[in-house]
Amino acid sequence: MTLAAPGVERRGAGFRRAAAQSDGRMPLRTAAGLGLGAAVLWLSLLVLLPLAAVIVKGTGNGWSGFWDALTTREALSALRLTVFSSIGVAALNAVIGTLIAWVLVRDRFRGKRVVEVVIDIPFALPTIVAGLVLLTLYGPHSPVGVNWYATTRGVILALLFVTLPFVVRTVQPVLIGLDREVEEAAASLGASRFTTFLRVILPAILPAIAGGAALAFARAMGEYGSVVLISGGLQFKTEISSMYVYSQIENDQLAAAAATATALLAISLVVIGLLDIVQRWAARRG
Amino acid sequence: MGIAARHISKTFGGVAALDDVTVEVGSGRLTALLGPSGGGKSTLLRIVGGLEEPDAGSVVIDGIAATGVPAQRRNVGFVFQHYAAFKHLSVYRNIAFGLEVRKRPKAEIKQRVTELLELVHLEKLADRMPSQLSGGQRQRMALARALAVEPSVLLLDEPFGALDTKVRKELRDWLRRLHDEVHVTTIFVTHDQDEALEVADELAVINNGRVEQVGSPDTLYDHPANDFVMGFLGPVTRLGPRLIRPHDIDVFAAPMSDAVPAKVTRLQRVGSEVRAELRAPDTEPWVQLTRGQAESLALRLGDTVWLRPTQDASTLAAS
Amino acid sequence: MDSQIAPAATTDLSAPIVVGKAPTQPRRPRRTGTYVLRSIAVGYVGVLVLVPLAVVVWRTIQPGLDTFWETVADRTAVHAIVLTGVVTGITVLLNVVFGIGMALLLVRYRFPGRRLLNILIDLPLAVSPIVVGLALILVYGQEGGWLSGLGVQVIYSIPGMVLATAFVSLPLVVRELVPVLEEEGLDQELAARSLGANARQCFRRITLPTIKWALAYGVVLSLARAIGEFGAVKVVSGNVIGQTQTVTLLVDERAEQFEPGAYQASILLIAVTVICIVGVSLIHPPEGRS
Repeated sequence: MTLAAPGVERRGAGFRRAAAQSDGRMPLRTAAGLGLGAAVLWLSLLVLLPLAAVIVKGTGNGWSGFWDALTTREALSALRLTVFSSIGVAALNAVIGTLIAWVLVRDRFRGKRVVEVVIDIPFALPTIVAGLVLLTLYGPHSPVGVNWYATTRGVILALLFVTLPFVVRTVQPVLIGLDREVEEAAASLGASRFTTFLRVILPAILPAIAGGAALAFARAMGEYGSVVLISGGLQFKTEISSMYVYSQIENDQLAAAAATATALLAISLVVIGLLDIVQRWAARRG
Repeated sequence: MGIAARHISKTFGGVAALDDVTVEVGSGRLTALLGPSGGGKSTLLRIVGGLEEPDAGSVVIDGIAATGVPAQRRNVGFVFQHYAAFKHLSVYRNIAFGLEVRKRPKAEIKQRVTELLELVHLEKLADRMPSQLSGGQRQRMALARALAVEPSVLLLDEPFGALDTKVRKELRDWLRRLHDEVHVTTIFVTHDQDEALEVADELAVINNGRVEQVGSPDTLYDHPANDFVMGFLGPVTRLGPRLIRPHDIDVFAAPMSDAVPAKVTRLQRVGSEVRAELRAPDTEPWVQLTRGQAESLALRLGDTVWLRPTQDASTLAAS
Repeated sequence: MDSQIAPAATTDLSAPIVVGKAPTQPRRPRRTGTYVLRSIAVGYVGVLVLVPLAVVVWRTIQPGLDTFWETVADRTAVHAIVLTGVVTGITVLLNVVFGIGMALLLVRYRFPGRRLLNILIDLPLAVSPIVVGLALILVYGQEGGWLSGLGVQVIYSIPGMVLATAFVSLPLVVRELVPVLEEEGLDQELAARSLGANARQCFRRITLPTIKWALAYGVVLSLARAIGEFGAVKVVSGNVIGQTQTVTLLVDERAEQFEPGAYQASILLIAVTVICIVGVSLIHPPEGRS
């Protein structure tokens, strides 16, 4: 076995900054080449081909066919509800998620550990169970008399539930890593706690908030299991896009389903792309 | 006026960082808190600046009691070892921060910031971001930022600790000249005795949470109160029962009255000086000579010479 | 909000003012703002997550232990549990094998399309589970699917369910391994090679121990995700009771038909989730997980 490495220089963090030559990486040899082939095959069968099929099917009838399928009354109202609730939920999470992250990082109280664990529950809980849980408390048999079954409120509630961890978990590490001396400097210059937060801390965590909000948005756009029970699926009122797509699949209207699915994919990908740009810009700045 | 920190005590988790420490700085003077790492000097500085509260004692700044007053309202300028730059703001906005927070009119801010940029020679870098500056430039920016709000007191916490030796020396001189120009009451913390000796009007040596000695650089160097201060401020060696500075020892080629005989065990040239290690009857002193002195004595390994403290050498009884 | 001590009148420096405080543990006095923030945070999380969960647990326990066993041990439930176990097991295995492979590829090697690979691996996070199901049908469906001529029944049977579950949990193992592998760098491996170790020995003695904990973490995440997958599996499985119904689909059916046993089956899933979270936090303290 010969030594294959061209350079033994330790790599910097992250793929993006890898230098062309001595990034500590080896060129592909046979064994690794086979591995790559296997990985590519797996990814193609699993991800590439299926997603391509959706786009092909959705746009199969040309742009006009795609647009027609997308703008039927039902599809459009589902899309509108989905997009607006996702934006609203992302925005709300941006605020409350930051607040929760702040409390978790800066405050100390008994039971904080419990809160940390509880925050992860929505992410790990099976979506249908989340749906059942919410329906139990906020549905027709609610023990506190709150019935949000078949309302937009119920849909938003479900989305808030599943997106709870996103902003919290992206902001938390950044808050932890903040240089306390910078806050002390601001204080010595006369800034109140609030001013320091606004002018010094917030700019530092804004990229993380944006990142978390984008993840929350993408998740909310595609959410199904947690929403389906409490929403009741009322056409034009509480039917979100994923439910619409499902009903189209059940009715064997695969082209119509694929059209909306393509739109959902496109919107989510655009948002994630924007998020990537924002994070790069922030990284360059600091 | 100036600063008076009296009977300050502070404990962190059971360990006493400061124990009944009193330091007073005259108005417009530049005082250095000197001592080994962990000795409490940074803690004292932070207490004066309002970033920590003492467990006991009082702080009076310019005649006004400051104990319990938060940092925001003490009107102190603080400079940190690692600059604490506002990364998302340009150099201009960094310096302007304190003034913007006080809601000063834009024109006034512009004038003051421009003044300061000239003072610290960063005029051409006003629109750069801190990440684009060198360490020395960042620290000059930090200083300008602290001075922008016209503080009654300037506090610097190991301001040059994170910089290269050369830059450190340059900034040291520059700080001294700045102080001569601006005359703000200043305290700065350092563990580098050369820095303290060069820059400060007055030194306070702090070790293990206590003040060992306060005085001018010359006083502390020539008349140290104890062996810790002596050892910390400069080189020390033992001759007989006394501690003495190695350059305060006269070396003779022939026996002299009151001189102690010693054998040369090692000779080392360090730059323009010669360092000779010797063995005397009960001690092993070393002596610092200039090249000229060494040559005129024609020192060789194994030679026997006679050592005697110089006329005005100050010595301490060894403990 | 800040302590409101006004500065005293001009004082003569020579008269010392000793404002002594008893030397206590340094505890900063809490401002009202802190309490407000704390209550909002705890309240929000409590009302949104804890209270509903508590109600479900109550509804499960209330009918009693007998109902619990009845609904959890009946034929359809047992079949669902076994099926979930099989699908999850295969999926996690696939994730581990391909996860390690892809992580090594991404970190250790240089090849055209590496960035594309990176993006592809993260893609599943942005795709709705229903779309996943649709996508798989379009490729593997018996009627008109791109690869329908495979001869193996994929959709409406176990292979399809495995694919769906593998799709959604694809990034989990890889993303745990990559940072650890990056951190380690090639040095150790090169040292081993120079001492004569071949690729398999290198992998077994150097790489595997290095990624041990990250792998465990990724496996647990993958496990939880696979067990809990719902939307994609619902589309792809046909949801035939007693044949292609996983526990999540069982919960869905029982909930929609208002049959008893939805809560009991849910509790099983909740229990597994909590065990996974606790297990994960033991392996690595909860910090910044997204």
